[in-house]
Amino acid sequence: MIEFRGVTKQFPDGTLAVKDFSLVLPSRKTTVLVGSSGSGKTTLLRMINRMVDPSSGYIEIDGEDTSHLEPVALRRRIGYVMQNSGLLPHLKVIDNVATVPVLNGVAKKQARADALHLLDTVGLDRTLADRYPSQLSGGQQQRVGVARGLAADPNILLMDEPFGAVDPIVRAELQTELIRLQRELDKTVVFVTHDIDEAFLLGDQVVILEKGGRIAQVGSPAEILAAPANEFVATFIGADKGKRALSIRNTPTGDILVDSEGRPAGVLVGETDVVAR
Amino acid sequence: MTWLLNNGELIGQLVVAHLLISLPPIILSFVISVPIGWVANRYRWSRGTLLTVLGLLYAIPSLPLFIILPLVLGTGLRDSINLVVALTLYGIALMVRTTADGLASVDPGIRQSATAVGFSERSQFFRVDLPLAGPVLLAGIRVVAVSTISLTTVGAVIGVDSLGALFTDGFQRGIAAEILTGIVLTIIIALSVDGLLVLLGRVLMPWVAVNSGRVARRELRRARGPVTA
Ligand SMILES: Nc1ncnc2c1ncn2[C@@H]1O[C@H](COP(=O)(O)OP(=O)(O)OP(=O)(O)O)[C@@H](O)[C@H]1O
Ligand SMILES: [Mg+2]
Repeated sequence: MIEFRGVTKQFPDGTLAVKDFSLVLPSRKTTVLVGSSGSGKTTLLRMINRMVDPSSGYIEIDGEDTSHLEPVALRRRIGYVMQNSGLLPHLKVIDNVATVPVLNGVAKKQARADALHLLDTVGLDRTLADRYPSQLSGGQQQRVGVARGLAADPNILLMDEPFGAVDPIVRAELQTELIRLQRELDKTVVFVTHDIDEAFLLGDQVVILEKGGRIAQVGSPAEILAAPANEFVATFIGADKGKRALSIRNTPTGDILVDSEGRPAGVLVGETDVVAR
Repeated sequence: MTWLLNNGELIGQLVVAHLLISLPPIILSFVISVPIGWVANRYRWSRGTLLTVLGLLYAIPSLPLFIILPLVLGTGLRDSINLVVALTLYGIALMVRTTADGLASVDPGIRQSATAVGFSERSQFFRVDLPLAGPVLLAGIRVVAVSTISLTTVGAVIGVDSLGALFTDGFQRGIAAEILTGIVLTIIIALSVDGLLVLLGRVLMPWVAVNSGRVARRELRRARGPVTA
């Protein structure tokens, strides 16, 4: 469990990135921080592994105040995946994945052997192991990034817009993979995105942020969709328009769902507890 | 030509002497510049002062330096150590700025990612910053190498043996072949050491060619087979 307690971050230049932020992120669940650019998502994420230290307040991991932990050691037991993979360009794929175990003192040979297995885990062909990151596609690089994040078998995985820079088709593929991985591995995942669809797809708990890391709403995707806390959330999730504002229309050949513009969006299938009136 | 044939042994000795004088300063100026470059980069306030002061070393004329150094080091006036130290100072003057620039050129995104996965400051320097600055460092040390090998000849003025002895001796005795031999051999040594450094760079930094797309192009050419046109 990760817990933010009254966390504020003001940067030296005076920018107030996060103001009095409190939140519990349950273990073995995916919490998605979603908000527009500059809302403080990256700052929040980086305070978990102490790349950024809070100006006031504190963060607990499993009840332990992180300010008492040694930052380097803390980071080595927390996986981190970032947008442009952040892979080291001078190391082969296999050595990139083995980075953290090697830093932790695992013998290079062992670490490489384990890294090969991790390539399997994230769905990469082992023949890519000897390539350099620049010889991979963007999607493949992100998979390597995820493999590297998992290499030390951390309980916590921090992901900062990991799929933000790949095309929509690859992004959908990576999202599906992450859902599968999460089912198998059961990590505490903190995922940052500004894509609300991605947030609803991946999140057990979704946190919608306004400027300064102010929480507009926290809840499961269903809760947020069913009852947006305010105008801001409703607009942000697009509840009032487009493909989220669906309604049932009776047609001669059966009932269909239409979006706010009246375009057919789908059908109701199976058991439903909704009664069309 | 006859001069060359009759003096093979002397020439051989001078080539060896030339290398013994010029190689240590090349290596030393690299090794010494790395920590100074690190400081200049790590502590921003020190950067301007350090780089300017050390850069000015290059402005010290060599002859006065050859007089000052024995006084400072307590060496004899004709000791080859003076020359090695002087060349090292000139090497540092060239290399420190390159090192600082090379370290500063490392992509901040990559550095942050290294921090995020748990590199300590020390391991990050040796395993991330230094290797990634490698191409710039190589460019710098190549300049130092060529310049040092050429500057080594001034040792002749203070009586330290090197290929420079062929210039002074050739002038005094009016043997054009001797002077020419000195010049050509100095150039050959400079080019050879430069070539070795390039090779060393390829071996130590195989990723540079890959990332710049050179390898991809080479493989593409190979796949296409010989060009017929
Ligand atoms: N090192 C820093 N120094 C000063 N200000 C900073 C620093 N890092 C972030 N900020 C500021 O803090 C605020 C929050 O930044 P943050 O990077 O956390 O936003 P974000 O939600 O991750 O945005 P994005 O979606 O664009 O990545 C922004 O106003 C940003 O300019
Ligand atoms: Mg961000």
